[in-house]
Amino acid sequence: MLYAILCYNDEKAVAAWSKPYHDQVMQQLTVVQDKLARQGRLGPVARLLPTTAATTLRKGRENMVIDGPFAETKEQLLGFFIVDFASLDAALAFAKELADANPGTGSYEVRPVAELQEHRLAQERKPAA
Amino acid sequence: MNDPTWLDGVLRSARPTALAALLRYFRDLDLAEEAFQEACLRALRTWPQNGPPREPASWLIFVGRNAALDDVRRRAKQTVLPDEPQISDLDDAEDRLADRLDGEQYRDDILRLLFICCHPELPATQQIALALRIVCGLSVKEIALAFLVSEAAMEQRITRAKARVGAGEVPFETPSAAERTERLEAVATMIYLLFNEGYSARREDAERRAELADEAIRLGRLLLHLFPADPEVMGLLALMLLQRARMAARFDEAGNVVLLEDQDRSLWHAGQIAEGLALIDKAVRHRRPGPYQVQAAIAALHARASTAQDTDWAEIDLLYANLERLRPSPVVTLNRAVAVNKLRGAEAALAMIEPLEPKLSAYFYFHGVRGALLQQLGRTSEARESFGRAIALANSPAEAAHIRQHLDRLQAAPQNS
Repeated sequence: MLYAILCYNDEKAVAAWSKPYHDQVMQQLTVVQDKLARQGRLGPVARLLPTTAATTLRKGRENMVIDGPFAETKEQLLGFFIVDFASLDAALAFAKELADANPGTGSYEVRPVAELQEHRLAQERKPAA
Repeated sequence: MNDPTWLDGVLRSARPTALAALLRYFRDLDLAEEAFQEACLRALRTWPQNGPPREPASWLIFVGRNAALDDVRRRAKQTVLPDEPQISDLDDAEDRLADRLDGEQYRDDILRLLFICCHPELPATQQIALALRIVCGLSVKEIALAFLVSEAAMEQRITRAKARVGAGEVPFETPSAAERTERLEAVATMIYLLFNEGYSARREDAERRAELADEAIRLGRLLLHLFPADPEVMGLLALMLLQRARMAARFDEAGNVVLLEDQDRSLWHAGQIAEGLALIDKAVRHRRPGPYQVQAAIAALHARASTAQDTDWAEIDLLYANLERLRPSPVVTLNRAVAVNKLRGAEAALAMIEPLEPKLSAYFYFHGVRGALLQQLGRTSEARESFGRAIALANSPAEAAHIRQHLDRLQAAPQNS
């Protein structure tokens, strides 16, 4: 079963991390992620820019463009992993490993994927590290 | 949960919101700071075991307020209260507080807190120091280090600044739209000053100072959270991010200044550039240009060019012309001349900056640019004289060394090349 692991946290708190702590957490997450990649269970991974960079199109009789995320929430969607596991328990175990690598506030939503389409971008993109 | 380092980030990011609310409640900066401090101490005691509350800022406000009230009462010897107030059953009160935190009032509270630091009687450096202390929560020691002064001197500076803003009256009523705009402008100016304090560093202290630039960026994001549809706030944040992205490429190993066109663009920070470009795209949609947006758009054109040769100088020239209209200044014209030099040659650029001499004769960069243009035109002895004046006005050894390189090249070149 494919799952999307949606990463939520208070983006202001994440932005307030010291550089050493930020680097430490990223390194810990990379270890967890790499292990999964070696098992062939890791699909696309994305880290999103802060919600201040977001724009929302609200559908209606007349579409409305709004600056910011679709809703003001206490925790924001900061990124996601697409992973392949045999069971929900296994996916939750992975989420637990992520939580240990990145302790404190926040949540990981484990959401089963109904359909995954894989398309290739025409242009090679430099990742924004 | 065993490593409570994550807690620092939560407390730091909750600080502006919590302190601003406590300030409205107590109407006294010192009391609000004490209350926040006490709430943080209790958070450090309880959060590592119990985990963080759902709404850290609300928790801190609630606990801070109660603790300070207890303290006030205890000092007044009116009632004897238990040492540790019962703070386990806060959920209801917290939720009600959280509702209000999402509203307008909370926005005005934080803006007020920022605006207090921009007291017009305070010199710019004191405004910045105060904002770092009060809003960002940096310690006096950290601020002193960044400003290269002793801790005692900085302590004194901040105490004086606080006394001054304490005496001044920033009304607690909801501001009118005009007042809000005025506050927003003053705060934006202060944030950009803070950024430049970090950005215009010499190599020796570039790393320490970079933290100031990062604090400015955090404040910029905070401001954009408060005013998510304001294109100038987007422009300000974009400008800071795009400049910050180039910081790692601004000095070479030996500590010499590396000009934009000579920088190793692979050292530019891709994430900051992506965020800056995204914000400029958003801002432009509003079709309400302003000085920050135009400067950010110029920085964006540099960021988009994969090599110096790919730079769109014609567009940069147009943007500078815009900026000259929005915010006329000889320094803007001087910067425009650099673009004009690339587009129409040194003769045209020199003609553009010659009239600026009376206003910019004490400005290092003016003589540096003038020297370089004269050098291009083969007017060697005049170029040498300009470079000489630039060196005399240099703000740092690195700047002086950079000009000296030009002089060396002049010396090596045949007289009329």
